[in-house]
Amino acid sequence: MRVKQISVFLENKAGRLSEVTAILAEAQINIRALSVADTSDFGVLRLIVNDNQKALEALKNNGFSVGVTDVVAVEVADRPGGLHQILDLLHKAKINVEYMYAFVQQNGNHAVMIFRFDHIDEAVKLLEQNGLTVIDGAKVYTM
Amino acid sequence: MIYDIEFETLPREALAAIQLRRLKATLDRVYATVPFYRSRFEAAGITPNDIRSFEDFQNLPFTTKQDLRDNYPFGMFAVPMDNVVRIHASSGTTGKPTVVGYTARDINTWAELMARSLTAGGATRKDIIHNAYGYGLFTGGLGAHYGAEKLGASVIPVSGGNTKRQVVIMRDFGPTILTSTPSYALHLAEVAEEMGVSFGTLKFRYGIFGAEPWSEQMRQEIERKLHLTAVDIYGLSEVIGPGVAIECHEAQSGLHIFEDHFIPEIINPITGKVLPYGETGELVFTSITKEAFPVIRYRTRDITSLNPEPCICGRTLLRMNKISGRTDDMLIIRGVNVFPSQIESVLMEIEGIEPHYQLIVDREDNLDTLAVHVEISERNFSDEVKVLQQLEKKISYSIKEYLGVSARVKLVEPKTIARSEGKAVRVIDNRKI
Repeated sequence: MRVKQISVFLENKAGRLSEVTAILAEAQINIRALSVADTSDFGVLRLIVNDNQKALEALKNNGFSVGVTDVVAVEVADRPGGLHQILDLLHKAKINVEYMYAFVQQNGNHAVMIFRFDHIDEAVKLLEQNGLTVIDGAKVYTM
Repeated sequence: MIYDIEFETLPREALAAIQLRRLKATLDRVYATVPFYRSRFEAAGITPNDIRSFEDFQNLPFTTKQDLRDNYPFGMFAVPMDNVVRIHASSGTTGKPTVVGYTARDINTWAELMARSLTAGGATRKDIIHNAYGYGLFTGGLGAHYGAEKLGASVIPVSGGNTKRQVVIMRDFGPTILTSTPSYALHLAEVAEEMGVSFGTLKFRYGIFGAEPWSEQMRQEIERKLHLTAVDIYGLSEVIGPGVAIECHEAQSGLHIFEDHFIPEIINPITGKVLPYGETGELVFTSITKEAFPVIRYRTRDITSLNPEPCICGRTLLRMNKISGRTDDMLIIRGVNVFPSQIESVLMEIEGIEPHYQLIVDREDNLDTLAVHVEISERNFSDEVKVLQQLEKKISYSIKEYLGVSARVKLVEPKTIARSEGKAVRVIDNRKI
């Protein structure tokens, strides 16, 4: 049920992000989803790609600090209140969302959100018990 | 004006005779009372009786900061503690600071030297001295204070900090002499301006600035902003404190060394060879009148040269040029001594930090700033920004805790800190000194 996310440490310097995209393009890697969290000094780039192993190697070989984190891809009903329903569930169960971002592609009629939870197993269980669809990693990479 | 007209204007031959006599007495005393010096002399196969000239003197081994640390705290004292009336210690270093002691006579000598220095800097007994050097273990505050009292001037022991109150005091008490670090003098000027107090309306005539290196450009800026004549004072606690050497306000060109109390030498810092006048090297001092804490050929690690030319002020004492650098990598940041190795030890105690770091020192608004760049590694990288920010805070807090200096910590990408010939460039000092 888990999706592997690659994160990359980036200094806030002009052109740094495009260096990452160039490396990934060179390695024939398709970026499925992406988000950047930043401070005044640095940023953390988070990526869902179609080939984790290849992306990790390419980035490490180019001297980047890279991490791999388990995240969860969840289908969100594409209507008002769709996301709220999920967040409300999590809030009541006292599960923290460390961060989240939207997937570019839709899955059928649903939007897809990527979540990073503090308690991932509990979160997945809770979501599934409440009839929400958690998308498998293998599917996400090639969606 | 010259405070001690006899000793500050001695003919060079007479001075040399006094120096040699005092040197021999000092060597006899340290040989008899300080085990460190005795064993050093013995290891070099020298006894005080072998020292008959300045040439012989050059065969004596050097004393280093490390030697002082090794004998922490009182191992280098040459008198029993009963006779020690004052203890000072070097600022800001982790582990072992350098501890120095003074007998009553040493305190008197120091006050005399500071009275000479204040006089050379333009002060008289009619002046009111605003002494903004820090009072405490640091020698600056009390050194200038005792000198001012010895001179008979009125001293305001304002110490460092609380700048707005200092401006009010300067406005209301009308001090005529300012003693502080040069960077603090400029900071005072800025705060005064913010408060609507113009230095042009204050009564300052002279400023005596030291305890950190500063440039001719900085002198011009201080003189322009503070409306006073600025002179440089030099000293270090290991030798006595401030008052080892002073620039005269007449020439403002090099600092007269009080050679009747200290013998200066310039050496090649690598070979240890003594260099002739005019050549640049490491400054070495031997104290020849101190009782509690004499130093023999103490390596200051300050880089300068000596100038024997006569001075327009009438003093016959040698002049040392402004300090142009240091032989080690010590940084003085807002008066606190910081070695890159100390920052490294702090970093190494934090889980997951690689020993790849760089210190960037700058001077913003006339105050020194320290930035510490630390390379991120896979061990401490996180996909969560808050975790990385906590790491920055933790490093910053540890540096403050251990070294007493505030640092802005910045995480940088791996391998981005320049490595020259495989060795990291640890310090970038952008201060225009």
